[in-house]
Amino acid sequence: MNGPQAYRLETGGFIERDRPLTFTCNGQRFTGYAGDTLASALLANGVRVVGRSFKYHRPRGILAAGVEETNALFRIDSGVLSVPLVRATMQPLVEGLSATTENAWPSIGFDFGRVLDFTHWLWPAGFYNKTFKWPSWQWYEGLIRRSAGSGRLPAGQDASDYYQHNLHCDVLVVGGGPAGLREALAASRAGSHVVIAELEPRLGGRLRHDGGEIDGMPALQWLERAVAELHHAGQVRVLTSTTVTGYYDHDVLVAVDRSNADDPTRPVERLWKIRAKRVVLASGAIEQPLVFANNDRPGIVLAGAVRRYIAEYAVTVGRSVVVATNNDDAYRTAFALHTAGIQVPAIVDSRAVPAPELTREAAARGLEVIGNAVIVDTTGTHGVREVEVRALSGDGRSLTGASRSIRCDALAMSGGWSPAAHLYSQAGGKLRYDDVQACFVPDRCAARVSVVGAANGDFGRPLAIRALVRTPSGPSNRQWIDFRHDVTAADIELAARENFSAVEHMKRYTTAGMSIDQGKTSNLSAMSLLAEQTGRTIAEVGTTTFRPMYSPVSMGALTAGINGDRYAPRRVMPAQSWHAAHGADFDDYGSWQRPACYPRRGETRDAAIEREVLVTRNAVSLFDGSPLGKIEVKGPDAAEFLNRIYVNNALTLKPGKARYGLMLNENGVIIDDGVFACMAPGHFLVSTTSGGAERIAMWMDEWHQCEWPGLKLVIAPVTTQWAVLTLAGPRARGLLASIDSDIDFSAGAFPHLSFRMGRLAGSPARVQRVSFSGEASFEVSVPALRGESLWEAFMAAGTALGIEPIGVEALMVLRTEKGFLHVGSDTDGTTNPYDVGFGGVVDKKKGDFVGRRSLLRSHDRRPDRRQFIGLEPVSTSDRLVAGSHLMASTGGKRRSEGFVTSACLSPTFGKSIGLGLLERGFTRKGEVVTVFNEGRSFEARVVDPAFYDPAGERMHG
Amino acid sequence: MMQLPCPYCGVRDEDEFRFGGQSHITRPDLNCSDAEWADYLFCRDNPKGVNFERWLHAFGCGRWFNLARHTVTHEILACYRMGEPKPNVTGGAA
Amino acid sequence: MKRYSALSLLAGALTGHRRWTQAWRTPELRNSYDVVLVGAGGHGLATAYYLAKKHGIKNIAILEKGHLGGGSVGRNTQVTRSNYFWPESAAFFDHSLKLYESMSVDLNFNVMLSQRGILTLAHSHHDLEALRRWANAIQVNRIDSELLTPGDVKRIAPLMRMDGRYPVHGGFIQRRGGISRHDAVAWAYARAASALGVDIIQQCEVTGLTIAGNRIRGVETSRGPIATSKLALCVAGHTSVLAAMAGIRVPVNSMTLQAMVSEPIKPCLDTIVLSPIVHMYVSQSDRGEIVLGGGADVYTSYSQRGGVPVLQDTVSALTELFPAFSRLRLMRQWAGIVDITPDTTPLMGKTPVEGLYISGGWGTGGYKAIPAGGDTMAYTIANDSPHPLITSFGLDRFASGALIDEGAASGVAH
Repeated sequence: MNGPQAYRLETGGFIERDRPLTFTCNGQRFTGYAGDTLASALLANGVRVVGRSFKYHRPRGILAAGVEETNALFRIDSGVLSVPLVRATMQPLVEGLSATTENAWPSIGFDFGRVLDFTHWLWPAGFYNKTFKWPSWQWYEGLIRRSAGSGRLPAGQDASDYYQHNLHCDVLVVGGGPAGLREALAASRAGSHVVIAELEPRLGGRLRHDGGEIDGMPALQWLERAVAELHHAGQVRVLTSTTVTGYYDHDVLVAVDRSNADDPTRPVERLWKIRAKRVVLASGAIEQPLVFANNDRPGIVLAGAVRRYIAEYAVTVGRSVVVATNNDDAYRTAFALHTAGIQVPAIVDSRAVPAPELTREAAARGLEVIGNAVIVDTTGTHGVREVEVRALSGDGRSLTGASRSIRCDALAMSGGWSPAAHLYSQAGGKLRYDDVQACFVPDRCAARVSVVGAANGDFGRPLAIRALVRTPSGPSNRQWIDFRHDVTAADIELAARENFSAVEHMKRYTTAGMSIDQGKTSNLSAMSLLAEQTGRTIAEVGTTTFRPMYSPVSMGALTAGINGDRYAPRRVMPAQSWHAAHGADFDDYGSWQRPACYPRRGETRDAAIEREVLVTRNAVSLFDGSPLGKIEVKGPDAAEFLNRIYVNNALTLKPGKARYGLMLNENGVIIDDGVFACMAPGHFLVSTTSGGAERIAMWMDEWHQCEWPGLKLVIAPVTTQWAVLTLAGPRARGLLASIDSDIDFSAGAFPHLSFRMGRLAGSPARVQRVSFSGEASFEVSVPALRGESLWEAFMAAGTALGIEPIGVEALMVLRTEKGFLHVGSDTDGTTNPYDVGFGGVVDKKKGDFVGRRSLLRSHDRRPDRRQFIGLEPVSTSDRLVAGSHLMASTGGKRRSEGFVTSACLSPTFGKSIGLGLLERGFTRKGEVVTVFNEGRSFEARVVDPAFYDPAGERMHG
Repeated sequence: MMQLPCPYCGVRDEDEFRFGGQSHITRPDLNCSDAEWADYLFCRDNPKGVNFERWLHAFGCGRWFNLARHTVTHEILACYRMGEPKPNVTGGAA
Repeated sequence: MKRYSALSLLAGALTGHRRWTQAWRTPELRNSYDVVLVGAGGHGLATAYYLAKKHGIKNIAILEKGHLGGGSVGRNTQVTRSNYFWPESAAFFDHSLKLYESMSVDLNFNVMLSQRGILTLAHSHHDLEALRRWANAIQVNRIDSELLTPGDVKRIAPLMRMDGRYPVHGGFIQRRGGISRHDAVAWAYARAASALGVDIIQQCEVTGLTIAGNRIRGVETSRGPIATSKLALCVAGHTSVLAAMAGIRVPVNSMTLQAMVSEPIKPCLDTIVLSPIVHMYVSQSDRGEIVLGGGADVYTSYSQRGGVPVLQDTVSALTELFPAFSRLRLMRQWAGIVDITPDTTPLMGKTPVEGLYISGGWGTGGYKAIPAGGDTMAYTIANDSPHPLITSFGLDRFASGALIDEGAASGVAH
């Protein structure tokens, strides 16, 4: 075997030899075949060094064949995809793919970072806790940050599409190996709706590479039949390339389907939310490494992976492969190598007396078995060249006899198998340590989950494992436990020495198991070593906590394409297209898109707002108030109910009248305000702030359903069913009178705070005289679908009167000039009715209402609370800004006594005015206070908030 | 993801619901002391175990109802309508 | 080899690191102590340290049902800041931040404090007003905060999308805010306290409180009874459970708070970013992981697991603001219990039972409070009277209605 793909076997594998593919790795071009993974193709081409380790930058090779791979991480560029930290074992080979190692500098072949390996004794676990304290951590942090991280955030857009799907099933089988397939077949034959999820691209698991027989037929034949049956069964859904990543409450599991994720032209990732009546975990087991000095060299591969590469990809990891094991299973690898024509210089078996049938077969094949022996050390920086073998003492605690060196170019190692019980543990399942199998196995679980096959510690046949924590000699700081984070046995010894003996302490101190592979090939060794070092059993040490994700999930897949407007839909008003067509400058107000103002061409925002304010004061303006919350409350007890919800009296409100009300929470804090009108006896229309519409409807519903279910009434939120168009200004009445209607708009017939129903411009209409602007104002509500046409009718009818549309900002200025409260701006999480001058209303109210008892607390009535006031700068060159603080200065220590809550440059008065909350504000009118904003201060006078028309003549007119 | 049983609609995903705190709290009248009022307003059993609590099927029928739910395992031990008395439930697996 | 330093690390290297001593002792449990603290989390450990260090009280046991630092301090996203709204909160949290600034040297343990700034975003004009009020409040309290324009924000976090569904209108930053290594903080206090003679007793669960004549006499534990006349509950999410043993109901709701980390990548985010509107906060750890958190799962729970809706919401919020992270993979998702009070201000000080003290109600903000929490609790226990910085945080504020409502001020979990 020489030349390209020198390590490709001539026959065998599931690769498509008639479809060669070219790819690049770290700038070098190679060929492989369709059906390869990047890992198998690299191995086929004899690429030994596929990465550099995180801390010491040691050259590393491929360790495994599946999701537990921890060394071969590349940035993959393929078509539109650019993704960092991809495991080569999970990346299907695609034409033109480019793989780059990102944590080696200047190159993977020569990495300056290796100097850390040469000085490794300076950097034990937790070294950064002991130093870098002076002058501060930030002096050193930059360097550490730059050397951490094994990949780079790719530039450019994420070109993948993401979707999410829901699935309900009777049985979810996780894992498509022999145990999972059996379960799926049984459930399917029993008529259940089955989902089977397999993280590899094809079903089969070990059946694809372990040979043998099932139910009297060769494994591959059994597999083919099983797959065919499942695909043809009506109620079975097969998901491949799908990793079940989290087990959540009530047997809901989340899986990420990457079956199209690597399509270079249109990559797609899908999220499946699976609700199963019963879950079967057939997630298999993960082979564990052996721990000996320099067990991390390129060419040292897990034994199961070695035979998987032979059987599935027709690739050999080397030409002369030593096999080292502490159990029976790795013999299958030795025999598979031999059958493929690869030299196996020795099988190094730690057990004193390996199973006779295995030694017989080894002898028949001419393979030397060295029993009761372990690998002590290896040589070969860029690829293992030689291993050193010695015999174990009887108790396994030391080495005896002479050392023997064996030349090789690869080493297949097996330290046993550990069930992949992660999902089981996430489901709340408890694990127990099985001394015979030397691993943790599922014990018991309350969720509706069962575990079968290797995941349950059932490996088909006994492994006859001789568990050794590690080779009992050799420098422990060269014995690797966690390849990803470069954690050695010495680090764990140090953790134990320093009393980080709880398993979680050891993990966090050494960082073992904390990286991308979450300890799949390291946790068990780490825990075993910790047990030995602290004189406990492994069962006593226990495991660290298992958490989602079983293997990392892209954030895009979790968002499932819910971005932008799908993430938070924008709500638009009925007359939206009119607003857009007429130059509205939209802003987000809560979830609503609303015009902030309507600037004319060349007009600044401020100028537009000023113009809109003046047209309201002097002529007539039209405002879209459709988001205004509207809730109908109807029933014999409607008035009684509202009387308990509002601070104000609701019992005395007659039909056709409206009243301004405050709502409190039970802590006495103002949560909303608005006008409520009596439409007819027992029928009320409650208005809330736009932001409060849903919240208040739910609030009222809660009180009704939970506290006062005996009250007879219905609460019907109708916010989005009615468009609300507000005409305000001295000419508003005139405009309405000119529209075809059966409502009498004349001053005597329709006073301020009245409610009328009828028809307007051919539409049912509800009209309230409510004013936020301080002018005579009519809130006209029509069914939402008629909102835009009525808007146009008003604009047409008002042209001669000088009508203009106004936005939210102008309304805010108008109401600030009027001194009207805006809940949420002028109130905060502490403001109660006394603070805003509603003390009289509260005291006159009879009976309980929500929040009343809180107002009886002395704290709620203190005279030094922050009270609602108006403010004017003393100097005309100063401007008030909302968010400024009002300062007192006592004895040199400055303190905030309140804030500016609203402010504007008033067009009506031509000066800066504001509203605020100030301690003892009611008694301080006329006083001068200091206003502080972003480091600067000026003086302002406290005044009554009603700057404009305090007597309300305009509003009532 | 919790699957919660609405007495009117059946079992639905947790994101259709809104949590409403402890059930069976009696609202004191205006004559209660400040301490009693604070207890009603702010203090809750907050048990590590079975909790009797109110839920609203917000993206569904819009009805409030009660659940007895274990606050560690999230096992649902009882589901009953608003206004019905607290049922007898046994422990719930921890 | 007791002291940590570059020199001692070098000496260690030359002796194969075989001479390092235990970071904390594993003492024998005695049957009585002057002070017993329940909970060896950040607050319990810090309280014990300051009792020993500043008040000379060393006959202390901290009882921890699991392993020290395994609760909230072992699970959180490590944000340290003091940009609070109300003067009482600001004074307390800034005292804490100052203690953080000298912690590595004071405790001789590098807690890796990285004061890289915490940036809070505004997504509308109204947001900016609210932020301005908040930023001014912080400046009034003489703590650093700066209002930022959108251009400033983009310079600080180049990866941020400024014009997504929730455009960025600006923000404000506390530059002294930052992150530190949460495990290191717990271990630093544990080591220092243990060295001063405090007994940290792990795997010891408190099963009952012994109270007679309305006075603490001791505790019942899984390892036998312990007599004491001063007992402090420092158990965060389990505050209600322990308080119930004294017949006290507290205004706490325990909920699940999740956090997630991505796979580690090279530096790309140099500041902590928080968006109260989009409900998430994000930073990059020194190992390169993007660390992400959001709002709590809103229902009573001690499960420490977290559900799918919040996970998806939080990740969506992140990718809305940082679309570049869409291809990054999340490596791990975990959760802890947060004890939320009605005003998101802690519960500290004395209780109706003589000799029983409480340090809880930390909600989502306990980590940054560890040093000040420990310092003020130690004073309170030593003097049987609340420290001046925490007189407003007492249990009695609920009956009077004098809440300190930080809820609106801080928005999302922090």
